[in-house]
Amino acid sequence: MTGTTLQVVLTVAAALVATGIVGALSQQSVVMIMMGLELVVNGVVLAAGAAWYFLWPAVPDAQVLVLLATVVMAVEMAMGFAVALALYRARQIDMVDDATELEG
Amino acid sequence: MWFNAAEALLWAAMWMLGWAPNSPYALVGAYRFLAQGLAYELPLMFALTTVGVGAGSLRSTDVVAAQTGGGWFVLTMPVAFVVLLAAAAFTAWGPFAAPAGTDLAGGVLAESSGVGRLLVQTGRCAFLGVTCAAAAAWFLGGGDGPLLPAPVWFAVKTLAVVALVVLVGRRLPLLRPDRVADVAWTVVLPLTIVQAAVVAVLVLTGGMP
Amino acid sequence: MTGPVLLVVLGALGALAVCAGVLVFVVDSMARATFSLLASFLAVGASLLLLDLPYLGLLVVLMMTVEMAIMVVFMVMLMMNPGGLMPMSMVHNTRGAVAAGVVVLAALSAGIWTVDWPERSGAAPPDTTVQVGEAVMGPHMLVMIVVGVVLLATMIAGLALATPRGRYDRLGPDLDRPRPDDPVDGGLPR
Repeated sequence: MTGTTLQVVLTVAAALVATGIVGALSQQSVVMIMMGLELVVNGVVLAAGAAWYFLWPAVPDAQVLVLLATVVMAVEMAMGFAVALALYRARQIDMVDDATELEG
Repeated sequence: MWFNAAEALLWAAMWMLGWAPNSPYALVGAYRFLAQGLAYELPLMFALTTVGVGAGSLRSTDVVAAQTGGGWFVLTMPVAFVVLLAAAAFTAWGPFAAPAGTDLAGGVLAESSGVGRLLVQTGRCAFLGVTCAAAAAWFLGGGDGPLLPAPVWFAVKTLAVVALVVLVGRRLPLLRPDRVADVAWTVVLPLTIVQAAVVAVLVLTGGMP
Repeated sequence: MTGPVLLVVLGALGALAVCAGVLVFVVDSMARATFSLLASFLAVGASLLLLDLPYLGLLVVLMMTVEMAIMVVFMVMLMMNPGGLMPMSMVHNTRGAVAAGVVVLAALSAGIWTVDWPERSGAAPPDTTVQVGEAVMGPHMLVMIVVGVVLLATMIAGLALATPRGRYDRLGPDLDRPRPDDPVDGGLPR
């Protein structure tokens, strides 16, 4: 039963990652893309927690991964919003379709 | 940690109070709350961390046990004590009432009435009471004291802290969120960091009373 | 919590997390999208609490609530569809994105359900918070150091990108104005 619970929780985490990827790839607005990326990291947090509990509870490695993923979420949000503000200030738009300066 | 998580949920709740009624005054109140809350969140977290450092554990029972027999934490970390009391800032009351201020037609509370308003007011008073109880447990030693049994002392201390907060709160004028933010980030935050450093040094050199 | 009950509760929380995640991109109002993302995070935080990780679960709840409260301000500010007033479709390449998502989900699920997972090795220590604390301060100190430096860099970079006025705007072309020229005065006499 432990094995099944682990697999169910990991499937939930995979579903979160997939939903986040769909959102991040299909949305045009910078903030919505970031919400998709937050969902992906959310899935990683859940998967790391489940891995800690069900597989290796005696070592703290998976917990450290959870901490790191949480920090990644915070950093990504901060930088993403700073970039969105700078983009808006430069061009009065928030859609990534127009942010093509690094292209080509 | 539970205290911290619960008051973080208060953030979302106060913002939603402002957004939900679809009224501009309420929304302005909610944005004021976010500005004020952000200014106070970090000093509050540092204050809670200082308590944890002083006791060597994040558990409330360990914090109370670390204070019995020796000095109360309010003696070694007064800044953290004051900051925790200023967590009354999150209830938008007293000197921090700008989100629910009278210049905004009640601000965040503008459109609530009936059972909703009762729940909101009860929640604010409950949070104030819980903050005072937490201050009594974490800084004043919980049930520590001669003669009377521990729960009675805890109630006495909580009531004393509540009386102190209400007395001081009613006398201070309303603080504007932009000024509060400036003071909080440039003065209060370094003070709390210095406080945490002082407590850490005391713990490491074994000087905690 | 014993096996079958834990499975049911974790499954329920997981379903809630995924539904809230899908709702993020379906609802029209930006405030609702942000708070449904928060609901997804709270479900994951509650799952971590059930998995015997009280500190990490509460950390996720705390950080994500404050993050969503700040984010909702930015969402309302930057998103051009404030409450469904102007129904617009802000998506591009929907079929490609859904194809990518379905492929990822299929690949990960196939891996999860066919791999022979190892048995649980070792028992959890009585205080999991101490375990992660000692790990981050001891063998995994590199994580702590890197995280600290990254957060500092993020704060500086975020501020540099976000403020439209530099120090020459505030203090004059020779940086010698007695009081900074701010649009909103702070509380201290500087």
